Amino acid sequence: MRGWMGKFRSLFLFGALTMLLTGCGIENISALKPKGYGSELLFDLMLISIAIMIFVFVIVMAIYAFVLLRYREKKGQEHIVPKQTEGNKALEVIWTVIPIILLLVLAIPTVQATFDLADQSTQGDEGVITIDVTGNQYWWQFDYSDEEISTSQELYIPTNERVYLNMKSSDVIHSFWVPAIAGKMDTNPGENMNTMYLEAYEEGVYEGFCAELCGPSHSLMYFKVVAVSPDKYDQWVEDMKNIDPEATPETASAQEGQELFNNNCMSCHAIGGASAGVGPNLGNFGNREKIAGILEPSKENLVDWIVHPDEVKPGNSMPSELVTEEEAGKIADYLLELKHSDVGTELPVQNAEE
Amino acid sequence: MSSEDVLNPKQMPHDPEKATLEGRNKFLAFWFFLGGETVLFASLFGTYLALNGSTQGENTPEHLFGLELVFIMTMLLLTSSLTSVYAMYHMKNHNFQKMQLWLGITVVLGLGFLGMEIYEFYHYIHHYEFTFRSSAFGSAFYTLVGFHGGHVLFGLSWIVTLMIRNQKRGLNLYNAPKFYIASLYWHFIDVVWVFIFTVVYLMGKVG
Amino acid sequence: MSTAVAQKRGLGAMIWDYLTTVDHKKIAHLYLVSGGLFFLIGGLEAMIIRIQLMKPDNNFISAGLYNEMITMHGTTMIFLAAMPLIFALMNAVVPLQIGARDVAFPFLNSLGFWLFLFGGLMLNVSWFTGGAPDAGWTNYAPLSTTSPGHGVDYYVMGLQISGAGTLIGGINFLVTIVNMRAPGMTYMRMPLFTWSVFVTSTLILFAFPALTVGLFLMMFDRMFGSAFFDVGLGGNVIIWEHLFWIFGHPEVYILILPLFGAFSDIFSTFSKKRLFGYSAMVFATVLIGFLGFMVWAHHMFTVGMGPIANSIFAVATMAIAVPTGIKIFNWLFTMWGGQIKMTSAMLWSIAFIPSFTIGGMTGVMLAAAAADYQYHDTYFVVGHFHYVIVGGVVFGLFAALHYWWPKMFGKVLNEKLGKLAFWPFFIGFHLTFFIQHFLGLMGMPRRYWVFMEGQGLDTGNLISTIGAFLMAIGTIIFLTNVIYTSVKEKKVSGDPWDGRSLEWSIPSPPPHYNFVQTPLVRGLDPLWVEKMDGKEGMTPAEPLGDIHMPNASILPFTISLGTFIAGFGFIYQVDDPVWLIAVFAGMGLTLGSMLTRSVKDDLGHHIHKEDLEEDIKKGAGK
Repeated sequence: MRGWMGKFRSLFLFGALTMLLTGCGIENISALKPKGYGSELLFDLMLISIAIMIFVFVIVMAIYAFVLLRYREKKGQEHIVPKQTEGNKALEVIWTVIPIILLLVLAIPTVQATFDLADQSTQGDEGVITIDVTGNQYWWQFDYSDEEISTSQELYIPTNERVYLNMKSSDVIHSFWVPAIAGKMDTNPGENMNTMYLEAYEEGVYEGFCAELCGPSHSLMYFKVVAVSPDKYDQWVEDMKNIDPEATPETASAQEGQELFNNNCMSCHAIGGASAGVGPNLGNFGNREKIAGILEPSKENLVDWIVHPDEVKPGNSMPSELVTEEEAGKIADYLLELKHSDVGTELPVQNAEE
Repeated sequence: MSSEDVLNPKQMPHDPEKATLEGRNKFLAFWFFLGGETVLFASLFGTYLALNGSTQGENTPEHLFGLELVFIMTMLLLTSSLTSVYAMYHMKNHNFQKMQLWLGITVVLGLGFLGMEIYEFYHYIHHYEFTFRSSAFGSAFYTLVGFHGGHVLFGLSWIVTLMIRNQKRGLNLYNAPKFYIASLYWHFIDVVWVFIFTVVYLMGKVG
Repeated sequence: MSTAVAQKRGLGAMIWDYLTTVDHKKIAHLYLVSGGLFFLIGGLEAMIIRIQLMKPDNNFISAGLYNEMITMHGTTMIFLAAMPLIFALMNAVVPLQIGARDVAFPFLNSLGFWLFLFGGLMLNVSWFTGGAPDAGWTNYAPLSTTSPGHGVDYYVMGLQISGAGTLIGGINFLVTIVNMRAPGMTYMRMPLFTWSVFVTSTLILFAFPALTVGLFLMMFDRMFGSAFFDVGLGGNVIIWEHLFWIFGHPEVYILILPLFGAFSDIFSTFSKKRLFGYSAMVFATVLIGFLGFMVWAHHMFTVGMGPIANSIFAVATMAIAVPTGIKIFNWLFTMWGGQIKMTSAMLWSIAFIPSFTIGGMTGVMLAAAAADYQYHDTYFVVGHFHYVIVGGVVFGLFAALHYWWPKMFGKVLNEKLGKLAFWPFFIGFHLTFFIQHFLGLMGMPRRYWVFMEGQGLDTGNLISTIGAFLMAIGTIIFLTNVIYTSVKEKKVSGDPWDGRSLEWSIPSPPPHYNFVQTPLVRGLDPLWVEKMDGKEGMTPAEPLGDIHMPNASILPFTISLGTFIAGFGFIYQVDDPVWLIAVFAGMGLTLGSMLTRSVKDDLGHHIHKEDLEEDIKKGAGK
């Protein structure tokens, strides 16, 4: 109840509405179960607008029901000619003025919230994190330029802090949306960079979506926002900084996989360090919630993805059958062993609930 | 007034272009059409203004444009607007030959404008290698100015067609509205050019 | 050409008649049939979309095909179904309502139709030539400019051609309404439908050129290598969004306003009362039209325009709710105190009020710029605009078709079947779209080919799909009704509803010159005024005399055919310059036909007094 609406929620209508709406959807996905500053602010705004609209709807429906019940033509009345009223000035004024007032009531918090969410006053201050978000067909890149680390598909942020996102796209327009924490913002190609901020109240793994049609695999461009306590976040940054892409894996298969990966995949991908080139940075891959944003993390799925990427995500730019299935198996062994940081792995995955 | 009468040049009223319902319909429709054309050019101007900084190199407006040529072009087109007014003046006085003469002068001036515009484009392409494809500015420039040039070309063909078609039979109530709206179109082209001159050339050179 | 309508003709003669007709009533038939056909195609696409989304991770159609489906569903429904069906009504009704014998430019009227039809065909040909457009009906750059294949090229050329037709139609109706009204038919005596067509035509005039420019830029980028949307050469992709929505937002008012007008006429007729607050209704229509141009950027709240622009557009958008509210209340008070007769037309209109009110309310919710950061591009938006477009436009089309069917075809659509079609469609509509608001907020973005299991979206989507099937059943029953009525039902009189406006003062279907003598209008609801004075029919404003009518012409068809051929040339010259032949041949046909039209005098023909007297004996004067 941190939103500015908090004190009004106890009012009956809002209470009932809140209970009704928060029954919808799944924790950490649904916009109706707000877990962050932005989403809560917007949820409050939704409640106000819904309340006003229900008020209007009830009035319209009351008149509607009365008219339909009272003024139906009955048998034997066909010859009756009703009075041909021209109109009524007083009524016209009433149903012009009252809606204007209601809309003003809605417009004020709307403008406030719009400016609030566009606030960038603390960006660039000491200790305030800014992350560069890049939308790609069909994956997300997150560059922590201050820390010189780069990840893909999973955005780590500390809880209860404002984290700014500078957003752009490398190809077509995408839209970055984490309904449980904040609203969405488009990522545009070219010079139209956008900035928004995230502030999560609770630790958790939040579902993220691409919300602007970006090609055949638009619906497969999921990502996660992993919100952890500031201490854990610092730990994660430390872990990610210390990734050694040359580190020798444990099993023999994985060692061969590393060799194959370096020869075949490194022209696009990277492991650890700053921003990768064409493909996602695969640092900490073994701890990912999902492969390619959509598949359960198993060796079988990973091999499938490496050999036939176009069947998993139609239209993506990873080449098919670059390696054989056997080779892909070894690469998979290697990648699944890449567990550079266990921060966040203890958090439950929301899909398991309900 | 029945349709046979409209071809009879002896019954000419004072405003022949608006004497029949068909004439009034055309007159009104053409004003509406010009309203739509205004939105069309406004959209093109908006696009141009959004992209005129995206030059991707040396071929900037300041670098490219020479105001001397454009000034002469402007004068040609402004004068041609005036001569088309004279033509309409003679139409209202039912003097067909003089109307044809002034329309002819309008066409010559318009052709002069068009020729100079083609020279201008040729110059940019061959001396500066500044083309439709070289930058977003190039695309926006050629599209805006080219759309106007296309309108000039269409306007000229229209007026010439009318002149030839009606050369032998003279003015009547059926063709008077046609001449009149063709001249309206020509004025519109002229007005658009004034904006192009200001927004593209003057602001490009000075602003 | 003979004035008497030939009764016995072969099929060939009939086809030729329709190819060359400039009669607004026959053009209305053409719009109705082709718009109806495209409506069925668009509906089929909708069913395929809903089957794909029936269950999570479904694989009914591929991702690429799915994007083609959603693109074509949206484009077809807006441009090729809703628009022409509205034009069908405009053509069938407006000249009759103002007491005119035809529109101001019968030739252009025909040209507008054929351009629309060839544009629509062009779009749909893409299904058979390697793939339909797949960048969404909004066709955002650079997804559209980089889309492989020729799908998007078809979108560009098809819409450019049909858009030109629409623009011509818009200008035509503006001039018709300004110049062709019968004596006494002042602006403030025009039926609301005519008023709304007037405002809609203005919107068409000022909105479509923005789309024209957008399509040109897209065409140049895709076919001739320009760089408007190529960020590598300094282009800016947001320009397309602005141009598209400067057109696109007025477009939704272009769609809904004529139906607002139709509802006004229907409520008034079936309540046996004059429209409550006529001047307020006219004012509200004009205001909605005006505000419709001020709010386009509310489709772009998440683009990053900044809080100032977002706030301005948010407040401007909310303002539209006021005139819309005025309309809703005036409709309710038109029925208040009346004698409501629950015909099928009235049933659809009654159903429209709550449906559209919900759509309007979610519209206000969407207008709250910040909250739109959650709604935008989710199923909430899908729910919202289907509530206004189906709940408003489609309900309106059904209502208006039931209402004016006897005027167009001389028979009343079967009432039992009419009501039988209504219920599954109405229930199915709410089942399909109400739940989508919640799906959106629960995390389902729009245009998703699949949704994942375990996100709580399964039940809602299943309900939505079931609803879609019910709507399909309703549509099929309506079609059955059309066939049943044309085979089994009897001809009715010119005034089956106890009507109030001029179109009900003449026979159904009207003779091709509409009015034997131009009527004299003595007030709002002119026919009702005469009825209350105890008269039968209108008082003529002129003596019986020869009627001047325009000649039929094949040129509109050839002009449009030329653009169709040139369109293919433009699309394929990218692959092979040989196709430039098609460009020149097509443009040659178009320009040649235009030149022919310009050079050849066409003064029309006369229907003589004697023939009219013959017709009056058969009942034309009434």
